[in-house]
Amino acid sequence: MAKTLFDKVWDSHVIEKIKDGPDVLFIDRHFIHEVTSPVAFVGLKNRGLKVMFPDKTFATADHNTPTINQHLPIKDKLSAMQVKTLEKNCIEHGIDFWGLGHNKNGIVHVIGPENGITQPGLTIVCGDSHTSTHGAFGAIAFGIGTSEVEMVLACQSIMQQKPLKMRINIDGSLNSHVTPKDVAIYIISRLSSSGATGYFVEYSGEVFKNMSMEGRMTVCNLSIEMGARGGMIAPDEKTFEYIKGREYAPKGEEWENALSYWKSLKTDNDAIFDKEFNFNASDIEPMITYGTNPGMAIPISKSIPGSGSDSESSYQKALDYMEFKEGEMMIGKKIDYIFLGSCTNGRIEDFRTFASLIKGRRKSDNVDAWLVPGSHKVLKSIKDEGILDILTDSGFQLREPGCSACLAMNDDKIPKGKYAVSTTNRNFEGRQGPGARTLLASPLVAAATAITGKITDPREII
Amino acid sequence: MAYDKFNILNSSAVPLNIDNVDTDQIIPARFLKATERKGFGENLFKDWRYNSDGTTIDSFPLNNKVYSGKILVAGKNFGCGSSREHAVWAIYDYGFRAVVSSFFADIFKNNCLNIGVLPIQVSEEFLVDIFSQIDLNSKTLQIP
Repeated sequence: MAKTLFDKVWDSHVIEKIKDGPDVLFIDRHFIHEVTSPVAFVGLKNRGLKVMFPDKTFATADHNTPTINQHLPIKDKLSAMQVKTLEKNCIEHGIDFWGLGHNKNGIVHVIGPENGITQPGLTIVCGDSHTSTHGAFGAIAFGIGTSEVEMVLACQSIMQQKPLKMRINIDGSLNSHVTPKDVAIYIISRLSSSGATGYFVEYSGEVFKNMSMEGRMTVCNLSIEMGARGGMIAPDEKTFEYIKGREYAPKGEEWENALSYWKSLKTDNDAIFDKEFNFNASDIEPMITYGTNPGMAIPISKSIPGSGSDSESSYQKALDYMEFKEGEMMIGKKIDYIFLGSCTNGRIEDFRTFASLIKGRRKSDNVDAWLVPGSHKVLKSIKDEGILDILTDSGFQLREPGCSACLAMNDDKIPKGKYAVSTTNRNFEGRQGPGARTLLASPLVAAATAITGKITDPREII
Repeated sequence: MAYDKFNILNSSAVPLNIDNVDTDQIIPARFLKATERKGFGENLFKDWRYNSDGTTIDSFPLNNKVYSGKILVAGKNFGCGSSREHAVWAIYDYGFRAVVSSFFADIFKNNCLNIGVLPIQVSEEFLVDIFSQIDLNSKTLQIP
C-alpha cells in the first residue's frame, strides 16, 4: 500500500499496537531542558527507575536562563535551582548536560540540528511544543508533557494515538522580502490557530524545496501554532549536505548506509492524505499578527479584518488587549521593542537576514532592540561572519543565547502595555511579559521596524 | 502520582466562554520555576484572576461566587500552545476534575489523561447549550 513520509517513519517505530488504543512508539532522540524535566526525574526516583538510554538523551538549559552575564551565578534563586537540578539529574543518570557556558549550549531546537543529532527518519520528542522544528529533516518530532518525559526517560518509548495526515503544498516562487516566517504565518492565518489540530503535516512543493534548512526549520517549528502535532519535509540533498560532517552525524560506512535509507524517505505518489491544502507562493506577502493568537495575522500592508472564524467576543477580547480597532492599518503603528531570536528565528540565517536590512542604517532611538542568538554556535558565527560589526555599527547590541523574551521566564520581559514586534512564535496575552503586546513577524519586518520605530514594510526600506 | 478516580462526577460547573484559551493563560511561564509538582492551583489563570497589584478581578468567572464546582466548561481549542503539563497540574490542584470544550489541543488532551483530568469533547452546538444552561441556573452537570 502506498505510504506517506509520515507513515513510513511512524510505522517503522511502532513497538506494539494496542487494540482500540494508541501505538507504542520507540523514540530515537530525547531532548530535555530545565523546566519540564525535574518532576519527571522525581517520578523516576519515586519508582526506583533509571534512565534507559542516557546516550539517546540530550540536555540543555535554555528556557529559564539569563541572557546577560551568563558567566556569573544565576541571580533568580528558583531559576538557579531549576538549572542546578537538571545538572544533578544528568550527572546521576549519565546524560550529557550542555549547561550555561558550554560551547554547545543553546535553545534545544537550535542545538539538535546544528550538532547533527537531528536526522531524517528519526522519532524525536522533548517536553516543549516547538519540537516540531526537527521535522524539517524528515523526522517525526513532537512536543510532550512531563508525564510523557518520564515515560520516555524510563523506557525510551511513548504511547501515542496516530494522528491524521495533512499535506500543505505551495508551488511557485516567493515574492521579494517574503521569508519562511511569512510563509508559515500565512498558512496559519489561512487555517486558523486550530485548523490542523489532530493532524501531522507534510509540507511539499517548490517553495519548501527551494527553502534553506534554516527556513524549513522555521516553518516546521510553527506547525504547532495551527494545532498540528508536528510538521515535516521530505529530506533531500540540501538536508544531507547540512548534516554531513556535524559532530553526531553518521561517518564513513554508516554515513553511506544512512544516506541510502534517507533517500527512501518520501511520500509515495499515490499515497492518500486525510486533508490537503494548496496555496500559491505569489499570494504571500510579508505578514504580521494583530491579535492574541498566531492565526490572527494579515499581510503587513492590509488593515485589521473582522472576527472571521473566532467568536465575536473572543475577537473583541483580543483587540481590546492589543488596543487595536477593526479596520485600522498596521503600517505606521508605534512600536517600543523588537525581539530577534527564539527557536523560530534565532538561527544564523535569521541574523544574516536581519543584518542585510539594517546594514548602513541606524536603529531608531525610540525602540529597544533585544537580539538573542539561538545558541553559542550561532553567536560564534555572528562574530566570525562580521555580522556583529554590522549590528554594532547600526546601534544594536547582542545578548547571550537562550529562549529569553519569547516566553519571558527569565528577566527579559516586555513591560506592561508596550508593543513588541517579535520574531518568535506566540502572541498570546502576556506571553512576553504580563500585559505585553506582541506582534509576530519576520526578521526583515523586525529590522525595518527597528530602523523607523513604527511598523514598517521591509519593501519600503530603500 | 496518584489521582482521584471517579466513575460519575456530580458537580456544578464554572463557565469560561472564551475560545483558544492557551496554556500561557492557564499558567503563565513565570510560574513554571518549581522543581516539584505542588502549589500550582493558586496561579491558575493568574493574570485573568488578578490585577497586577494583586487585587481580584471580580468579573472573571473563577472569582464569581455564583459559579463553583469541579467542572470547567471552556470555549473551543482549549489548552492550545505550550506543552507545559503545569497547566493541567494547576487545573487539577485548583480542584477541577473535568474540562468540557468543543475541542482540545492535542498535547493538552494527552496531559489531561495522564494527570487525571477528564477532557470531554462535545459538539459546538451542545457547548452553546451548556453555556446557556449554566447561565439560566448554575445547574449540576452529570458526567458518566
